[in-house]
Amino acid sequence: MTQIHQSDVAIIGGGLMGCSAAFFLRQRGMSVTVLETDKVGRQASGTNFGNVRRQGRPIFQLPLANRAIRIWRDSPQLLGSDVEYLQSGHIRVCFRERPENIGKMEEYAALAREEGLDLELLSANALREKFPWLGPDVLAGSYSATDGHANPRLAAPAFARAAARLGASIVEDTKIVHAEKVGEDFRLTAEDGRQFAAPILLITAGAWAGKIAGWFGEEIPLTPRAPTMSVTEPVPYAIAPAVGVMTPEEVETVYFRQVARGNIVLGGSTRAASYPDDYRSYVLPQNTMTQFEHLRRLAPALANLQVIRVWSGIEGYTDDALPIMGPSAKVSGLFHAFGFSGSGFQIGPGVGETMAELIATGATDIPLEHYAVTRFTK
Amino acid sequence: MTARFRRLVETDRPPVSLTIDGVGVTALLGDTLMVAMLTHGDALRTSEFAGSEPAAPEPSDGRRAGFCLMGACQDCWVWTASGARLRACSTPVQNGMTISTRQPEATWANIA
Amino acid sequence: MGEHRVIIVGAGPAGVRAAQAVVRAGLRPIVIDEAARAGGQIYRRPPENFKRDHDALYGTEAARARAIHEDFAALLPHIDYRPETLVWNVAEGHVWAAHEGETQPLPYDALIVCSGASDRVAPIKGWQAAGCYSLGGAQIALKAQGCAIGHRVIFLGSGPLLYLAAAQYVKAGAEVAAVLDTSPFWLRVKAAPKLAAMPGLLWQGVKLLRDLKRAGVPVLTGVTPIEIEGDPQTGVSGVTVRHKGAVKHFAGDAVAMGWHVKPEAQIADLARATFAFDEATRQWLPQTDADGRAGNALYLGGDGARVLGARSAEVTGELAAMAALADLGLTMDADRRRWLLAEKANYAKFAKGLAQAFPWPHELVAAIPDEAIVCRCEAVTAATLRASVNTAHAQEANRAKAFSRVGMGRCQGRYCGHASAEIIAAARSVSLEKTGRLRGQAPVKPIPVALKRNDL
Repeated sequence: MTQIHQSDVAIIGGGLMGCSAAFFLRQRGMSVTVLETDKVGRQASGTNFGNVRRQGRPIFQLPLANRAIRIWRDSPQLLGSDVEYLQSGHIRVCFRERPENIGKMEEYAALAREEGLDLELLSANALREKFPWLGPDVLAGSYSATDGHANPRLAAPAFARAAARLGASIVEDTKIVHAEKVGEDFRLTAEDGRQFAAPILLITAGAWAGKIAGWFGEEIPLTPRAPTMSVTEPVPYAIAPAVGVMTPEEVETVYFRQVARGNIVLGGSTRAASYPDDYRSYVLPQNTMTQFEHLRRLAPALANLQVIRVWSGIEGYTDDALPIMGPSAKVSGLFHAFGFSGSGFQIGPGVGETMAELIATGATDIPLEHYAVTRFTK
Repeated sequence: MTARFRRLVETDRPPVSLTIDGVGVTALLGDTLMVAMLTHGDALRTSEFAGSEPAAPEPSDGRRAGFCLMGACQDCWVWTASGARLRACSTPVQNGMTISTRQPEATWANIA
Repeated sequence: MGEHRVIIVGAGPAGVRAAQAVVRAGLRPIVIDEAARAGGQIYRRPPENFKRDHDALYGTEAARARAIHEDFAALLPHIDYRPETLVWNVAEGHVWAAHEGETQPLPYDALIVCSGASDRVAPIKGWQAAGCYSLGGAQIALKAQGCAIGHRVIFLGSGPLLYLAAAQYVKAGAEVAAVLDTSPFWLRVKAAPKLAAMPGLLWQGVKLLRDLKRAGVPVLTGVTPIEIEGDPQTGVSGVTVRHKGAVKHFAGDAVAMGWHVKPEAQIADLARATFAFDEATRQWLPQTDADGRAGNALYLGGDGARVLGARSAEVTGELAAMAALADLGLTMDADRRRWLLAEKANYAKFAKGLAQAFPWPHELVAAIPDEAIVCRCEAVTAATLRASVNTAHAQEANRAKAFSRVGMGRCQGRYCGHASAEIIAAARSVSLEKTGRLRGQAPVKPIPVALKRNDL
């Protein structure tokens, strides 16, 4: 007889969402099992840029982002390890040929203030005074002093270890190949036949989640994409804020941040396809080249730096670039938190805490209506 | 400063002048930048890190003088006056080169 | 039908013989090489204004070196030769080559990678000090620049190159403080039957040892390195080893260290070669068939595929090219192929003997003290690496890299990858194979943010 591993909540997907949800569920006293195909935090959670950025998110997402920022600030005490979170600011700029963005920044700043996010709008001159490495093509910017960045390679594993210390069961190298609801319980079967059961199932499986939700009749189209990431050699630490470009053109959306050790992490420009079935993603050299091109406009002084490594990952995008977050519309006890569309890192711990609250109490003050699964399954 | 490298043969070559950290030196035509520098000094650059801890204000892991001489280890990058990088082991020395063994980006935050 | 597009990366013995085979078949290959002059590392040529002749530069291998250089010169009208050019990535059937700040994608129907090898290095406490060089590097200083790496040089490691480089230094008038071999002498005796596959090379080794002893250089076998002493500011001042139960110190201002060489397999990795663990040499190697086929229109020759030595590289470079040509539908000389395969087998036997006689000191690496630096680029200590395993639960190489930064620096794990795998395996008490392989990531070598495409 196969032994069935039973818990209150089963979580498929050990990324930042799943691991932080497990941590907060344990804080609320529920027993949790996280099932991860590979190692925790290795996919999108571990390969993203590491922006802990609120500004630029939809206004309706700021309550969730605000919840997350408190957790990031408390992370050393909460997790017992350093995930290199730096509240060193975030600057969002627009280029000269897109002056219409100034109005959009002003409008955004006014609305964000009502949600508790203070943004300082800076003219070209003010910007360059404050950040002399910005290029002459930069027209204006919006500065958030309370945003920052953290190390994605460390964050999700730190949540997993902290959850495990509280008693969560973190099960790696375990691919769930079948799930169904049998009576009151969800029954999950791993590739090697091991079985797991729980009355509540949370799907936080990123680019792989659409397929799993499909087992429960909620087929959700996710496009697997691969970010273009690079990192430079270390140089003396001189750039505090994370920097990004506001533009409707994906190829121009370059962003960078300097870590305390000195390396500058680059992201943005065109994303490539990724291959979740093979667990593979590749950086396309042509995208690295457009990334360099637009970075040189943004910060010409970086042109001399050597890039020493590039990487990518597998991210799941929804059609409207907003996540699916909340209860299933079809199966009671089933919850979703996936499809973060390349923008999940900052809100990650807030997603975990919100999902834990929703699961444990049946309600949350965080507005979730924009993330309803029904927008894709009607 | 003591020379690290010692010339043994092929010393009958025309001289080449360059500047290293502001000091004029004479090398030989055909030298790599590394040989030009290490026949006058004992290091090319300084490691950015002190132990495995985050970079200290003044890195003290130590000075470096290259390692592989075949373009693989990347431990011999030096800087030109304009801030461009040169891999000393695979760059031929040229008359008039101005080379720094220190990273120029230290003053980024203050430059216009 | 357009002409088949063949790209050869590397112009050492393997790349030159591959190019020759491709030209012989009537094609005009692109030959990309990082160096300014062809020859690879082993037959590396000094700048044009240097005067030593082939005999002085390459000793017993002078005739082979001359042949490689002359044959390549004869190929020049028939190839698209791109020296001083870095292949920094391979994707979607294109090689991305960078030269003087510009880059472009070059499409291929067959990619023959003859990327050569670099030193396999065991980290020794203190090896980050200025004045420590790879053994190959020490040899290059002399061969290509006429210099010694120091005024009093200590040779530390194992393998034939240890003795060859030390003897070359002595002959050139350098002061050699000692030759310290981590392999015990009796292993050489045990491996003699395999080494006899190349009687000439075996005899050469005996002569080198004799030359060193005649010059009064202390040659110690079976040593256990303890520390490379030095100062962060002024560099190396000596080496301390344990030998026959006693601690011995040798003063010197330079150390040449190396334990054979290992493939420079980064380009093969990016071109999607598969890798398999080789128990005999304790490393992951790109997989090929006997001819050098690695799949996906990729062919591997020379030491970049498997280290069998410079002579063998000529054989396996040609074999790889013949395989590529055959796959492109061009005819192949079956007799020539059989002869080359037989030659390769003989070299492989000799290489096995060398691995047995001069083993990679994996137990020594696994036991290096906590305070020793494993990763020179990022200055990561063995303690930090071990903590990533013991505290953060990294179970394999890529995970330990993500947590500890071992292998994350400029050299991309070239000089710490093998050692860190040994340390992880020991910390977890699992086999080396179970610690996995550091996945290759572009760029093959650093590229500047200033790099621009020149094909648009």
